[in-house]
Amino acid sequence: MSVLLDKARLRQTRITGGVLIALGVLIAVFLAPDAPGVATFRLSRPTDVWPVPNLVVPGGAFIYVVSALLAFMGVRLFLKGGARWSALILGIGLAIAVAAFLVWATAGKSFSLTGMLQATLVRAVPIALGGLAGVLSERVAVVNIGIEGMLLAGAFTGALVGSLAGGIAGLAAAVAVGGMFGFILAALVVTYRMDQIIAGVFINLFVLGLTSYISSQVFQEYRALNNAPVFRAIEVPFLSDLPVIGPVFFNQNIFVYGAFILAGLATYYLFHTRLGLRARAVGEHPRAADTLGINVYRTRYINVTMAGMVAGFGGAWFTLGSVGRFDEGMTGGRGFIGLAAMIFGRWHPVGALLAALVFGFADSLQQKLALLRTPIPSEFLAMAPYIATIIVVAGVVGRARAPAADGKPYVKE
Amino acid sequence: MRVELKNITKRFGPVIANKGVNLTIEPGEVLGLLGENGAGKSTLMNVLCGLYDPTEGEIFIDDKPVVFDGPGDAIRAGIGMVHQHFMLVPVFSVAENVVLGVEPTGALDHLDLATARAEVERLSEDYGLAVDPDAIIETLPVGVQQRVEIIKVLFRSADVLILDEPTAVLTPQEVDEFFQIVRSLCEAGKAIVFITHKLNEILEISDRISVIRRGEIVGSGDPKELTRPELAEMMVGHPVDFDVARAPYAPREVILDVADLTVLRDHGAVAIDNLSLKVRSGEIVGIAGVQGNGQSALIEALAGLRRVASGRVTFDGTDITHISPRARHRMGIAHVPEDRQRAGLIGNFTVAENMVLDTYYGPPFAKGASIDWGRVHADAARVAEEYDVRTPSVFAAAAHLSGGNQQKLVVARELSRDTRFVIAGQPTRGLDVGSIAFIHAQLMAARDEGDGLLIVSSELDEIMAVSDRILVMFKGRIVAEYAPHIAPLDKGEIGLVMAGAAA
Amino acid sequence: MNAMDKATQWRLLGRTQVEDLVIVPLFAFVAALFLGALVMAATGVDLAVIGQSYVALVKGSVGSLNAVSETLTAAAPLVLAGLGLALGFRAGLFNIGAEGQVVMGGLAAVVAGVALGDFPAIVALPGALLAGALTGAFYAGIAGWLRAVTGAHEVISTIMLNLISYRLLDYLLRTPLIQKEGRADPISKSVPDAAELPRLLTFIDANLRVHAGIFLTLAMVAVAYWLLFRSKLGFEFRAAGENAVAARFAGMNASLTIILAMAIAGALAGLAGANQTLGVLDRATPGFSAGIGFDAIAVALMGRSHPVGVLLAGLLFGALEAGGRQMQVDAGVSIDLIAIIQSLIIVFIAAPLLVKALFPWGFRREGSG
Repeated sequence: MSVLLDKARLRQTRITGGVLIALGVLIAVFLAPDAPGVATFRLSRPTDVWPVPNLVVPGGAFIYVVSALLAFMGVRLFLKGGARWSALILGIGLAIAVAAFLVWATAGKSFSLTGMLQATLVRAVPIALGGLAGVLSERVAVVNIGIEGMLLAGAFTGALVGSLAGGIAGLAAAVAVGGMFGFILAALVVTYRMDQIIAGVFINLFVLGLTSYISSQVFQEYRALNNAPVFRAIEVPFLSDLPVIGPVFFNQNIFVYGAFILAGLATYYLFHTRLGLRARAVGEHPRAADTLGINVYRTRYINVTMAGMVAGFGGAWFTLGSVGRFDEGMTGGRGFIGLAAMIFGRWHPVGALLAALVFGFADSLQQKLALLRTPIPSEFLAMAPYIATIIVVAGVVGRARAPAADGKPYVKE
Repeated sequence: MRVELKNITKRFGPVIANKGVNLTIEPGEVLGLLGENGAGKSTLMNVLCGLYDPTEGEIFIDDKPVVFDGPGDAIRAGIGMVHQHFMLVPVFSVAENVVLGVEPTGALDHLDLATARAEVERLSEDYGLAVDPDAIIETLPVGVQQRVEIIKVLFRSADVLILDEPTAVLTPQEVDEFFQIVRSLCEAGKAIVFITHKLNEILEISDRISVIRRGEIVGSGDPKELTRPELAEMMVGHPVDFDVARAPYAPREVILDVADLTVLRDHGAVAIDNLSLKVRSGEIVGIAGVQGNGQSALIEALAGLRRVASGRVTFDGTDITHISPRARHRMGIAHVPEDRQRAGLIGNFTVAENMVLDTYYGPPFAKGASIDWGRVHADAARVAEEYDVRTPSVFAAAAHLSGGNQQKLVVARELSRDTRFVIAGQPTRGLDVGSIAFIHAQLMAARDEGDGLLIVSSELDEIMAVSDRILVMFKGRIVAEYAPHIAPLDKGEIGLVMAGAAA
Repeated sequence: MNAMDKATQWRLLGRTQVEDLVIVPLFAFVAALFLGALVMAATGVDLAVIGQSYVALVKGSVGSLNAVSETLTAAAPLVLAGLGLALGFRAGLFNIGAEGQVVMGGLAAVVAGVALGDFPAIVALPGALLAGALTGAFYAGIAGWLRAVTGAHEVISTIMLNLISYRLLDYLLRTPLIQKEGRADPISKSVPDAAELPRLLTFIDANLRVHAGIFLTLAMVAVAYWLLFRSKLGFEFRAAGENAVAARFAGMNASLTIILAMAIAGALAGLAGANQTLGVLDRATPGFSAGIGFDAIAVALMGRSHPVGVLLAGLLFGALEAGGRQMQVDAGVSIDLIAIIQSLIIVFIAAPLLVKALFPWGFRREGSG
């Protein structure tokens, strides 16, 4: 019987191998001949405490090595199998392919790698917090398509209240308003038994309409209402001086630290506390929870409201953590990418955070590549995070398991 | 602890589920509550365990009236229920399931799983209920899951245990073990309510019997003084004939030949392991076995709904291993799915629409790309009449029919056309005696007309009642074959084999 | 046919009760207008101006021949795209991607129209419309294929495809084949007359914009009705939407159903885009879709995913659109208010329990019916 299992896996492994070989060939044919000179990656600034020398990579040679490596891994997988490692090898393969791509884009120029990694974290923030909001609500089986709207509400409130009463107040208000929309979503789906996806779509359209209305009706006239202070980066003493790691992890603003801390807290809450156990039970088997005296409705209200608060905090990043100004529809689909991160991260807070880093990388990559003037049109670079999202959702679904009652309303008899 | 139900009535809108029920539950005794499917047993017990509010009537505990606002209150009062469909979270461990709702915690709401584990171990020792506290529920056999349910109730220090159809999922041997557990609980002073529709079991285990029919208690008595036919008549309301009428066994050529079949589950585990079987025209082959031994995968593979990993399925000489469900259907293979609500019917579709769910695409119902609804409605009305599907009209939504009529609708759809082979999964699960008899008669009629039938059921009684040959399935294999025309059936022996004794 | 039959026949219109079909939408509309007024009041708009703006809303939608023409012009693409979404909803697919399909279909119609410009209208116009429909179908088909083959949920993939379509549009509008000669900004060549949807009432007033697209729209309502309730394919769509497992067990091909339902939905959304570029705008520009695909979600929901309902809801939303522009001119209230009102209509429609809780006197008591 194990022969059969191997057969199914072998096919999958062969496909993976084929993909790697194709990738290797594509890189050798298209990228390698077009990478003259060396690519210089700057790792630190001259003013740093411990400067690190630049990483200098010979363009053509490096790309040929990568393509040979890819071809080797691909052929090995194709011929020898080794199904257990195929996912890992595919991951490594994609990573070095991206590295080759970066080298190709940088060949003959210089490029701040540390800067890009720093931007990766920054850009991962709204996605990670959106994903975390998704985890919190889907763990109690409420599908939250409204995260995009909650992010937007947080961004708007942050700008408005931040302009009036300062950053801290703006942040608090953003969290409160996000929580309010979480509560509204819970009310619609739990109490009024509205379809969860329609309720989420409503929240998105309503928040988009309301914030656009106010910004064109009010902000146009009173510009001072849309000019909030921005939270500056906070250097962690000593740690921020470490080369590469310092600027990437320890010289960021409260939103970046907040995303990491919240992911940790959410993990503790969901997997190590009494309330978390009950929340997960409600998401997996609400009737069982009900028969044990756990209030299914209240649990859903609380968790979805918390999800809204997390999304509101993430939304404030767009204004208080970035430009200080609200623009119509400025969240640009980050909430939905957050949902993809949640799926990629297998409904686990830390998983969602790590997945968000992948998307943040795609996002910062397209932004930085635009600066390097590659022959790829900027519009196509801008699609990168969206395409990555589709690939992730298409590739991971079926392997990851959603909470069993996800999306299903619970009707108490 | 003594519990009394006084004059309990429960209505759901216009439907009366329980009417004026009086019942007393004494400590240290097993009260058997007998009734057909749909008689109102579960509703009554859901009232007692706080899931439903009674429309009228009162509950007394030790002569004091109590009102339960939700199951939490009933649990605190010492009433625990083991539901027919287990209320366990499949991805949680045994310990997590046991403590859920009454969790031991430390600082910062931290879940104290060590204590939980110790408690589970203590209870399993005290009552002889062996389970591993760290095992994940979905990996456990149903018999063990049931023990977890009992530990769960005991952990909440229940004095009254309500067991709703507890033996439905067990093999005969597991039932014996289970009865041991019930007796030891009684000796420990617990009161047990044992709900079932099985006459033998209620006679064996109960100290007192109450029979419920159409929501009312229609009789009570001492098991020593009651007989099977008396109880059956009380339960159904008229005398019951237990035998299925059948023509002599006259099998013809092999119509379905399954050779070395291997089928995988969704996540790659082996569901059917190198299985071979043959079904002849004019015979009913029954597949017995504990649920989860690959029966569903076998049905799905034969119906074309699940990919076959290796092996061959031949129908009337043609290889059908990899052809589509519709192609099989066209060859005269009918399929009554195991779960009518999930897979057999579309609840929001009308009776007529459901009647043509797998025949709408061809003549006489389709004309080119359109469906001739006039023809569909006329035909559906005729077939519904013929198969005794009781519905206000063919425009009624299928969801509004009773379970028995829904199943008759599915059977009508599958058998009313020209069939040569019928696959039926759990054809009478959850039905009343009248519907069961009707459906068995229809299956028998198909056999007598020369169809081959493969019937899968987890109810060994049903398999023994209808089959010409019985195959026992265990862990994806056929492990034994019995034929009543060769040697009389021994239920105990088949039960042992179902539990894996032959493997 | 007895009374029971009649009552159950209502189900074909989406829900069992007349209340849900007439009273809930009516209350939803009124409640949304009321809350819209509250939003205006909260942002410092005078009571008099609020009144004035709702007067303008009526005037701009049905107050004159021009207003009616504008309403019909705005309604046509909403109905077309809404029909597509309704088909998808019936098949259990929550396609949020109409917007991207409108973009791709509209652009393809322009490209085909330009290419076919030298042919007579009898060839050029159908050719351009067909190009729009096929491109929309293809674009939606990607999401359908992903769902059917990999299980990727269509909500996320269609939203990503929307975002991708905007970038793709920006890019393509700068390519030499599409960009207007002598322009540096992203704008397409103009649609030649032969491929235009002709305006209908220019003999009365040259400014009346209503065009032949409304006939296309009405035809598609009929086609969608037939498809959904009379055809084999529609039966498969509805079966898959109500109970996908039972549909599969009955031998229907789930993957094919998903892909076809998405493709047909995309074709209709593509036609909505073509309707805009060939009938109203005469060209494609960045953002020409103007959120039609999102408004169409509300239209499909309000229309209960029934073709006739979608037609009526589309007319209402078209009126809101046309009236909203008048409102902005007359009362200086941002047209974004209309988006708020639309979203509120969605929530009230989709949660009848909420409407019943807010307006208990409008409904019979439970149990008496």
